[in-house]
Amino acid sequence: MTATAPTLPTPAPQDPTPRVREELVALRRRIARRATLVALVLVLVLLGLSLTALTVGSATVGPLEVIGALTGAEGTTSFVVLGLRLPRLALGLVVGAALGLAGALLQAVVRNPLASPDIVGLTGGASAAAVLAIAAGATGAAVDSAALLGALVAATLVFVLSGRGVTGTRFVVIGVAVAFLANGFLGYALTRASLTGARSAFFWLVGSVGSAPWGDVLRVGATLTVVALVLLLARRRLSALALDDDTARALGAHPVATRVVAILLSSVLAAVAVAVAGPIAFVAFVSGPIARRLRGSGPALATATLVGATVVVAADLVGQHLVPGTLQPPVGLITGALGAPFLIWLLVRGERRKESPA
Amino acid sequence: MSPEPSAPTPGPVLEAHGLSLGYGRAPIVHEVDLRVRPGALTVLVGANASGKSTLVRGLARLLNPQAGSVTLDGENLSRLPSREVARTIGVLPQTPVAPDGIRVGDLVAHGRYPHQSFFRGHRSDDDEVVAAALEATDAGSLVDRRVDELSGGQRQRVWIAMALAQQPEILLLDEPTSALDVAHQVEVLEVLRGEVSRGRTVVLVIHDLTLAARYADDLVVMAGGRIVARGEPVTTLTEEVVEHAFGVRARLLEDPDTGRPVVLPRSSRQPTDARGAQSRT
Repeated sequence: MTATAPTLPTPAPQDPTPRVREELVALRRRIARRATLVALVLVLVLLGLSLTALTVGSATVGPLEVIGALTGAEGTTSFVVLGLRLPRLALGLVVGAALGLAGALLQAVVRNPLASPDIVGLTGGASAAAVLAIAAGATGAAVDSAALLGALVAATLVFVLSGRGVTGTRFVVIGVAVAFLANGFLGYALTRASLTGARSAFFWLVGSVGSAPWGDVLRVGATLTVVALVLLLARRRLSALALDDDTARALGAHPVATRVVAILLSSVLAAVAVAVAGPIAFVAFVSGPIARRLRGSGPALATATLVGATVVVAADLVGQHLVPGTLQPPVGLITGALGAPFLIWLLVRGERRKESPA
Repeated sequence: MSPEPSAPTPGPVLEAHGLSLGYGRAPIVHEVDLRVRPGALTVLVGANASGKSTLVRGLARLLNPQAGSVTLDGENLSRLPSREVARTIGVLPQTPVAPDGIRVGDLVAHGRYPHQSFFRGHRSDDDEVVAAALEATDAGSLVDRRVDELSGGQRQRVWIAMALAQQPEILLLDEPTSALDVAHQVEVLEVLRGEVSRGRTVVLVIHDLTLAARYADDLVVMAGGRIVARGEPVTTLTEEVVEHAFGVRARLLEDPDTGRPVVLPRSSRQPTDARGAQSRT
C-alpha cells in the first residue's frame, strides 16, 4: 500500500495494470506497422507502374535499356525514355500526389468525405481563372497565378459563407454552388475565346499529363514538398482536428486556425496541380477514402498522397495503351470514368454499413 | 470500498463572476456568479434551455463571455494559454465525435495532447497515464475495440477516460448520461464519484433529478439562465424549486437508504415565472 501523493493528477495510481499498458503499446505498434506496410506496397506498385510507363509504348524499350537511359547512356532509346516518357511519368506522379494530398487534407479538416477540392469548387475556381487566362493568351506562370487566385477566391467564398457550418453539410452545399458558379464563368470564358484558344482550353480542361515540360514538374514537385513538410511539422495539430471542434479545443488545440491554414494549403496544392495538368477529375476526391480504407482510420495524408500518384499514373497508362482507337483519351477522362462508379460504390457501401451493424 | 482515504490539497478554484453567455445578441446565461467547490461533485440541473449546457461551455472556455468573466485561481481564463488551461480543466462536450474507425486506445491517447508538444512527442509515461485512465473508467479491456462499435455506456466511459488522460484537476461534463439507460447512467456516475473521491473536482449536467440529488455534493438549479437554488441536495431540492425551475408539480420523498430526495413528477402546470422568463429571451 502506497500513500496517494498529495498532488493529484495521475488517475487510479493504486492499481497500475501492466496489461493495459502493453496493449496500448501493441496497438500503437500495429498502427505504425500497417502505415509502413501500406506505404511500402504503394511504393512498389508505383515502381512497377513507372517501369511499365517507361518500357511500354509505340517503341518497346527493355527494362535494361531504360536503366541504361536513366543512368546516362546516349541514343534514340534515351530520347524516347528521357525526353518523352519520363517527363510524362514524372508529371503524372507529382500532379497525382498533389491532388491526393489536397483532397485528403481538405476532407480531414472539415471532417467530410465529400469536401474535396474538385467538389467544393476549388479546382472549379482554379479552372475558370486559368481558362480566362488561357483564352486571353497567357501561358506558363501567368496561368499558374490565375489558377491560384481562382482557387483562393473559391476557397475564401466557401469558407466564409459556410461560417459555423464548416464541418457540416453546409460547407459542401455552398462548395457545390461555388463550383457551379465557377463553371458559369468558365463557359463564358470559352465562348469569348478564339477558336484555337477555346480548343487548347478544352484539352486543358479535360486534364492531361501528356505535355510535360520539366519546369511544370519542378513547380508542382516543389510546392508538394513544401506543403508536405509544413503538414509534417503540424501533424499533432492536424490529429487534434480529427475530433470535433469542442473536444479539440478542450484539449487545448486551435481547430479553427489550423483549419484555415490547412484549407489554404489544400487550395495552393490543388491550384498548382490544376494549372499544369488541368482539373483531372475525381483524383482529389477518391484518394482520401481509399487511403483511409487501406490504413483503417485516420486522415492518412501520406497514404493519400501515394494513392493519388498511383491513380493518375495508372489511369494515364490505361488511357495510353488500353483504350482502343487512335486518339489517346487524356487521363482526366479515365479518372472520371473510374471515379464516378467508385463514388457510387462508396455511397452504397456506406449505406449498407449503417443499416447492418457489423 | 472505504470512501476518501486521503484528503488531497484542495484543487484550483473555478469561478464565474457576473457571467453572461449566449450565441446571438440575447444572452442565454444572465450574470451568473458561481464558485465551483474544489474536490466536490457539482451537478447542474434545469429545464431544457435553462442555460446549464451554455454555462458549462462558458466555464470550459468553449464559449467566450458576453459580459463578466471566468477565473481559474483568480486568473482570467480567456487570458491563460489554452494548453495550460487544458492541463487543468478537462471537458467532455455533449456530443463528442470520434474519428471514423479509430480504436479506443488511440482515441484516449488524444487526451495527452496538452502535455505534448513538437519537441515532446508520445512517451512511455503517456501510456501509463492512458492505461490508468482506462482502468479508472473500467475500460481497460476495450483498448483494441473500434469506438464506433461500442455500446453507448462503453463509449461514454471511453470519452471520460480521454478527458482523464489530460490529468485535469477539474472535469466538466455536459450531459454525460443523457443517452444511457439507467444502469449505464449509474455506472458513469459511479466512475465520476470515484474521481471525486480521488480529489478531482467534477461538474456535470444531468437531467434525472433523483440521480442528481443522489450523487451531488453541491446541487445547482438553473431556470431562465439564472441560478435559482444552490447547495446540499437535501435542502436545495424542494417541491417549490422543482415547480419553479421545471414548471411541473412534483412530490419529493426521502430515499430510505441515503436520505436524499427522490423526485416524483405529478402533472405539468401553466407557465409562470420560469417559463415566462425563458420565452422572453
